[in-house]
Amino acid sequence: MKAARSKLIVLATLAASLGVSLISSQLDPYFLDVVLGIGINIILAVSLNLINGYTGQFSLGHAGFMAVGAYLSAALTSFLAPRLLGAIPGIAATQVFFFAALLAGGLGAALAGLLVGIPSLRLRGDYLAIVTLGFGEIIRVIFQNMESVGGASGLHNIPQHTSFFWTFGLAGVAVYVVVSLVNSTYGRGFIAVRDDEVAAAAVGINPTRYKVTAFVLGAFWAGIAGGLYAHLKSSLNPTGFDFMRSIEIVIMVILGGMGNTTGVIVAAVLLSLLPVGLRELPTFTFNLAGNRIDLVWKELQMVIYSLFIIAMMLLRPQGLFTWAPRKKAGE
Amino acid sequence: MTEALQQLVNGLALGSIYALIALGYTMVYGVLRFINFAHGDVFMLGAFAALFLYPLAGGQPSVGGAILVLVLAMAICAAIGILIERLAYRPLRDRPRLNVLITAIGVSLLIEYGGQHQAMLGKDPRTFPDLLPATQFSIGGAVFGSHQLVVLALTLLLLIVLRFIVLKTRIGTAMRAVSFNPQAAALMGVNINVVVSFTFGLGSALAAAGGILYAMNYPSIEPLMGVMPGLKAFVAAVLGGIGNLPGAALGGLVLGLIETLVKATRWSNYADGIAFAVLILILLFRPAGLLGKTEVEKV
Amino acid sequence: MLKVERLFPKFSEALRLMKPTHNIALACLLALSLAGCKKSDENTSAATTIKIGEYTSLTGKEATFGTSSHNGTQQAIDEINAAGGVLGKKLVLITEDTQSKPGEPATVVRKLIFRDKVVAILGEVASSRSLEGAPVCQQNKIPMVSPSSTNAKVTEMGDFIFRVCFIDPFQGTVMANFAAKTLNAKRIAIFTDVKSDYSKGLAKFFKERHLANGGTITAEQDYSGGDKDFKAQLTAIKATNPDAVFVPGYYTEAGLIAQQAKQLDLKAPLLGGDGWESSKLVEIGRESMEGHYFSTHYAPEVASPLSKAFVENYKKRFNETPDALAANGYDSALLLADAIKRAGSTDGQKIRDALAATKDFEAVAGKITINAKRDADKSAVVLQVKDGKFKYLQTVAP
Repeated sequence: MKAARSKLIVLATLAASLGVSLISSQLDPYFLDVVLGIGINIILAVSLNLINGYTGQFSLGHAGFMAVGAYLSAALTSFLAPRLLGAIPGIAATQVFFFAALLAGGLGAALAGLLVGIPSLRLRGDYLAIVTLGFGEIIRVIFQNMESVGGASGLHNIPQHTSFFWTFGLAGVAVYVVVSLVNSTYGRGFIAVRDDEVAAAAVGINPTRYKVTAFVLGAFWAGIAGGLYAHLKSSLNPTGFDFMRSIEIVIMVILGGMGNTTGVIVAAVLLSLLPVGLRELPTFTFNLAGNRIDLVWKELQMVIYSLFIIAMMLLRPQGLFTWAPRKKAGE
Repeated sequence: MTEALQQLVNGLALGSIYALIALGYTMVYGVLRFINFAHGDVFMLGAFAALFLYPLAGGQPSVGGAILVLVLAMAICAAIGILIERLAYRPLRDRPRLNVLITAIGVSLLIEYGGQHQAMLGKDPRTFPDLLPATQFSIGGAVFGSHQLVVLALTLLLLIVLRFIVLKTRIGTAMRAVSFNPQAAALMGVNINVVVSFTFGLGSALAAAGGILYAMNYPSIEPLMGVMPGLKAFVAAVLGGIGNLPGAALGGLVLGLIETLVKATRWSNYADGIAFAVLILILLFRPAGLLGKTEVEKV
Repeated sequence: MLKVERLFPKFSEALRLMKPTHNIALACLLALSLAGCKKSDENTSAATTIKIGEYTSLTGKEATFGTSSHNGTQQAIDEINAAGGVLGKKLVLITEDTQSKPGEPATVVRKLIFRDKVVAILGEVASSRSLEGAPVCQQNKIPMVSPSSTNAKVTEMGDFIFRVCFIDPFQGTVMANFAAKTLNAKRIAIFTDVKSDYSKGLAKFFKERHLANGGTITAEQDYSGGDKDFKAQLTAIKATNPDAVFVPGYYTEAGLIAQQAKQLDLKAPLLGGDGWESSKLVEIGRESMEGHYFSTHYAPEVASPLSKAFVENYKKRFNETPDALAANGYDSALLLADAIKRAGSTDGQKIRDALAATKDFEAVAGKITINAKRDADKSAVVLQVKDGKFKYLQTVAP
């Protein structure tokens, strides 16, 4: 019964996003850009939550996986699609190819996730964090020097295929996959590994397998999100995938409450809307000791963002939407 | 031959700067077990403090003036460090370490982007004045400056002083006790708040010293100048075994040498990536860093 | 297996349990964001004003360049308004910050076009970000003028995209010819910023022309923008014993590079492009900058009265000497305003046609003629640092 209902929800999400997609040409493109950006951030946050939140492996390389998916899928649709689809006109073929490119991007990222997942068997905590950060940076440096995908000036004129349907349809599937996975009998193992690796191993759970699975699956969805991002912005630049981007996603996960999917989604939405809101605030001018100072809110975006993070951590350290009993020191 | 010698000197000079910053990083980590992401930004504030204090030194390069500026800037940054800990980290001490980490990132972004605002430090790079008279030396064709020698000497001196503080003094014993087991230390009558404040003050003073020496070697300072050195110092600290003082110094030197070697070849466009690749390789074989001890997990 | 309750664990209970203060804070944030999503009111009527959009990097790593450019643009707009505006209307400049981050330009340009309904757009400084904003302008037939994006690809994005600066191929060629003919330098090393397409572009065209001139490249080394230590690469360059070193990049690094080259006793002169032009270059590099050469848009000695007035007014207002980016920012606004005047309308297509027809337009950084590729044809000057000042050497026509 329950399983049927959850599948119904996913189908409803798909149908709704398809519906909105059909009228999206009527929507303000700026509004659409913002909303699709939110959808992509949801996928990123939910997939990182599987690695960081549910499995307890502190990863700082999510932007690297995103970059792999973004570049791979963009290369396919920009370079391969015109040759393959040259003869076949029509929206259907393009859309099918786009979906295939997204999947390829996701699989490429999953492969990268496998590579990063292997060192995670030996390392933990801060050492794992630094290794994932290092992998992310290595991926960025490689793309920066790859002239076939634009190098430092970036890849441009990527076809704009990302629609409401693809973004929110895939976001719905991502949430469904992660939630049903961790709630399944098999998936309880992720939480067991996070809570106590030794105890988990003692009761016959293979921590290695769970860690690698989390990395591969998390990276796959990051790759999908990267593909959607590439076909939304229609350009890519390696500097957009530096470690600050990874940290942004980590902040969404921790703000939402590690291992709490609803919270993480809400945090992703809130943090994506913050700059949008700030752009609307008028400039405030005042005099300070005879000097005219213009308080341009959007220039203070990062300042407000950082104050928001600090305030939220101090006020709701367990995450915005987690109401579990307080955990004691040393946890 | 001359070139190789010069590159060795370059690598050691760069490495000793990384080592100096990594010492402060590793110190805070050793006691509190958390990565203080804002370390690189206190480092930047140290350089700016010295810039504003420079008129006090008489506006002339002199040893006395340099020491005065250095000490005052270190004191200011120690106060800032203690304040940051009191306001942002202490309320979270009983929370999972990830929370403090995120708060530290928040503090770091706040200092960086707050500093960029025109009412604060501004966005344009500023020129750092000559604090010390500079001279050049040459041995076997390899050139190096007096500033680089100062950095190396100060790094070694601080390493010895820190080792002394941690191993031989009362507060050092308390620091080790807190690091080993905070609850037990508190039960034994150690005032944890005092120890943590002291550690942060010391770590921030070290960051300020690093910032000033960095600015003397590379005299162009701006609010985001701490980001890359902070990241490199973090890498150096982890490389050496985080929490381990000689390890941080060694990690810094190794990182500086690797970077210099890579940049000297035609692979210089991959410099950042190769430094990380070497780090990953080292960690694969020594998962707790070069000098770190692998902790056996107790059940 | 999935339960709705698990997907949304106790959401209503959550809201109930929340402290009122948290609720208010959250509600405010949401309201603020939603306000951002609805169409904003037209607070300035289209009858009396013309809206011009600008996207530039006001915060982040490249804030110092974006701010210079923005200051120049703002000054031009204010001066035009003081002189009575355009077509009897006042110009309103709406500026959006790209935070020096990729991905942002597409969003903020969409905002400028659809929310603010601007008639034309100025920006970005960095070519990589102009390349992101340009397709959006092109698609929506909004003319865009980039102040200082020199990468040739920018204007290839479409027939609505223009620029007021010269392009990498031209500047690279100018410096290669200068090195060969004036300095008589045969063996040259190149030191490039790998993170910057501007630097890579200049290096590429310099190399092509230098090889065509019969010269040799002794070494090609790279650094990353933001680096402070260049000794490793400079030592490697010194070992190849070049006659000159070409360092395309920005003054922030060039000053430090000159200093470290001097410390390493690398005696070959350094050559640079317009990214060097800033009073900060000599402030950072000090006496080690002496004798090095760079190409840029104009020189104080041969400046027109217009340039002199610009430098004077800029100094008065911002308390610093304008750099090349500020001059280009100023020119972009000036050229656009002139085009709107000539078009006699704020229609995108008409402004575009007027921009494309620009000929011998008197701007601060030299006379601008827009060519068939929508790039500015204008001459470059080569300067040498002498006694802490920039000394004019020669003018190179396009």
